[in-house]
Amino acid sequence: MDESVVDMKGVSLAFGAKKILNDLNLAVHSRERLVVLGQSGSGKSTLLRLIVGILRPNGGVVRFKGREVSRMRRPHLNRMRQKIGMVYQYSALISSLNVRDNLALPLEELTDKKEEEINRIIDEKLDMVGMSDTKNQMPAELSGGMRKRIGLARALVMEPELILFDEPSAGLDPVISSVIDELIISLTEKTDATSIIVTHEMDSAFKIATRMAMLYQGNIIENDTPDAFRRSKNAVVSQFISGSTQGPILEKKK
Amino acid sequence: MIKRFLQHLSSIVWLMVDASQEMADNMIRGRLPFRVNTFFEQTDRAGVGSVPLVALVSFFLGLTMSLLTGYQLRPYGTERLVPGLVAIGFSRELGPLITGIMVAARIGAAFTAELGTMTVSEEVEAIEAMGIGPLRFLVAPRVLAVFLLMPCLVVISNVTADLGAALICKWQLGIPVRYFGDLVHSSIESRDIVAGTIKSFLFGLIVGTVSCYKGLAVEGGAAGVGDSTTSSVVIAITSVIIFDTLCNIVLVAIYP
Repeated sequence: MDESVVDMKGVSLAFGAKKILNDLNLAVHSRERLVVLGQSGSGKSTLLRLIVGILRPNGGVVRFKGREVSRMRRPHLNRMRQKIGMVYQYSALISSLNVRDNLALPLEELTDKKEEEINRIIDEKLDMVGMSDTKNQMPAELSGGMRKRIGLARALVMEPELILFDEPSAGLDPVISSVIDELIISLTEKTDATSIIVTHEMDSAFKIATRMAMLYQGNIIENDTPDAFRRSKNAVVSQFISGSTQGPILEKKK
Repeated sequence: MIKRFLQHLSSIVWLMVDASQEMADNMIRGRLPFRVNTFFEQTDRAGVGSVPLVALVSFFLGLTMSLLTGYQLRPYGTERLVPGLVAIGFSRELGPLITGIMVAARIGAAFTAELGTMTVSEEVEAIEAMGIGPLRFLVAPRVLAVFLLMPCLVVISNVTADLGAALICKWQLGIPVRYFGDLVHSSIESRDIVAGTIKSFLFGLIVGTVSCYKGLAVEGGAAGVGDSTTSSVVIAITSVIIFDTLCNIVLVAIYP
């Protein structure tokens, strides 16, 4: 059996009195596209931040390729992060840098590559996301969908083994949303990268996923293939997929 | 309140420790501690950009100070003390203090607002997630720029204040410019310059660290950026004034 790329065991996290994750267990295997579903505020983005080591759990263990992220010292953590690409909900492009410099930033700061090679990589990645003509534009001049694609290109420049997507299609129209979904599928296949996609958009989720996990009340309550997910007997999962107002999710809130 | 103050103080100290550690890590890898062009951009912004304001304010303060003290001293025939008074006053006390306050208001606010906006739009987190130390990338060039440029700005403040004082001395008190220069030269001592230099480095460090810390600690969107910017300027100015007093106490005791 292949080793998990990401392995979370008994992970708990609380912000003050508010418990976000509670004894969570999750393993992500190589080349998988795991979609993590859950309500807004359920801790999906928090999960990604734990994997990349921006947050540290109160309890439990987070491992990336067998190494414990939660105990890594900063230099090791930074080296590990170079193997992970992260695409943010609102792209998080550096607003003072143009598209070219945004993509060049990790290459210039973290590698010894020459400028010609950096330019070649940037051209290649921009071409992959269909944004070759935006190289000299500033992030503020781009639309939401374009910024997402640049964010995706930036995540790819270091050729990561794991790509984390935080709400990749949030706030986009259905067409651009489909474009982003297809890009995620094609790019992760092309690069052989493992990916974890956090979303609550069901169409995107079923289109992208090779496996799905449902996060509810701080824990993974269902973890299976998309087909099995559709047939799930779990009332929370069924209600979430159908978007019904009747069911345990709202009852619990009341 | 004391607990909160100590929490902020320890966070600022840790910010500097972490920034130094990130720079050291980069240097161990055979790289520069931070982007040199970012450092020069910030020196241009913090230093060169502040020259007109510092010069203008100091010029008028020097002018006013010599005017008021000159009228007070003239009845006693001691108006020739004015050049020394202005020169010592500015090089030892007012130059660093006024410059520190102006830089805190002008550059400290800009640093906090800029880093705060980057924090709320997840840009800082994105830099961290890429494995680039955000402290060495964002904080170190800014703090170092203010730290190194502050003494230069203080020199400009002192010179322009003396210039304003020289004009008043010439036109109102009948002291020629050459004699003004001689009086300044004979009254000012190395301890005054040393005290002013120490203070200017210290105030640069305070303004740089406080403004960057407040920028990175922003929470709660646009309103949070506004609140943090206000509190950054208030804390930086208050700290400059408090540390100025402490400096005076220490310097008078060890270097009277």
